[in-house]
Amino acid sequence: MSHDAHEHDHSPVTNRDEPPIAARVRALEELLVEKGVITRENVRARIDWLVSRTPADGARLVARAWVDEDFKGRLLADARVAALELGLDPGEAPQVIALENTENVHHMVVCTLCSCYPKALLGPPPDWYKSLPYRSRAVSDPRGVLREFGLTLDDDVEVRVVDSTADIRYLVVPRRPLRTNSLDEETLAALVTRDSMIGVSQPLTPA
Amino acid sequence: MSFAHGEKVRIAPRPHEGHHRTPAYLKGKAGTIERVHDRFLNPETHAYGKDGRPEQRLYLVGFALHDVWPGYGGPRDDRLFADVFEHWLEPES
Repeated sequence: MSHDAHEHDHSPVTNRDEPPIAARVRALEELLVEKGVITRENVRARIDWLVSRTPADGARLVARAWVDEDFKGRLLADARVAALELGLDPGEAPQVIALENTENVHHMVVCTLCSCYPKALLGPPPDWYKSLPYRSRAVSDPRGVLREFGLTLDDDVEVRVVDSTADIRYLVVPRRPLRTNSLDEETLAALVTRDSMIGVSQPLTPA
Repeated sequence: MSFAHGEKVRIAPRPHEGHHRTPAYLKGKAGTIERVHDRFLNPETHAYGKDGRPEQRLYLVGFALHDVWPGYGGPRDDRLFADVFEHWLEPES
């Protein structure tokens, strides 16, 4: 059938002020369900799983790494094994690699192609992480982006922007704040923010 | 062809029709193998209903930001890392 042979309005079918992308996702879901590729239960279960994840899980890994050098070694060697050791769910796939920030090296993570993110350990990514300005500028002007997040790095700190382009997800292990020697692991974990594990800020400093 | 940690590589400058995971801004750029990852399903066929096999080796490749962006304004040591599949890598002397 040629396109001219049918007559209907081609303006998008949306609910009220729903953005076009939401209408598109809904249409795609309808089709996939109709064709038997996925079920509604799959979609619901996946959303449930995703929103049950929080940056608190990643923060527990980081805090343990701060207080236990051996654990830090295991975390940097295999984040999945380390997560399981703390009873956390690292997800089935993709693989997660933890990258350690030091006095001389600062990592920040981006996904220029879409919005790849260690969701199992950090939960859903923030909106800015998925935005075009962040995705394009993080790789071309990382120091400028970090300044906008309130983080100005000295020139002798090497910036490493990590573009997670494929099957690996990256989690930053930020530097332990100064003057936190007396704090216990749980208190330390509360200092580890989501943004510090993406690498766009430092952890909180104790009150 | 496989690559080892520390080896110099160049990202193939070829264009590609359809889904692939090699960012355009890195094509033709020279870098160094930083990590050798596992093999993964090939997204270029897997995205189109095929099984994505044979799996392709994935590498973490490091680049000097000054090489990626000739006008880069930051220090010389700043770097960029990206995961690139083996069939997008060429040896660089």
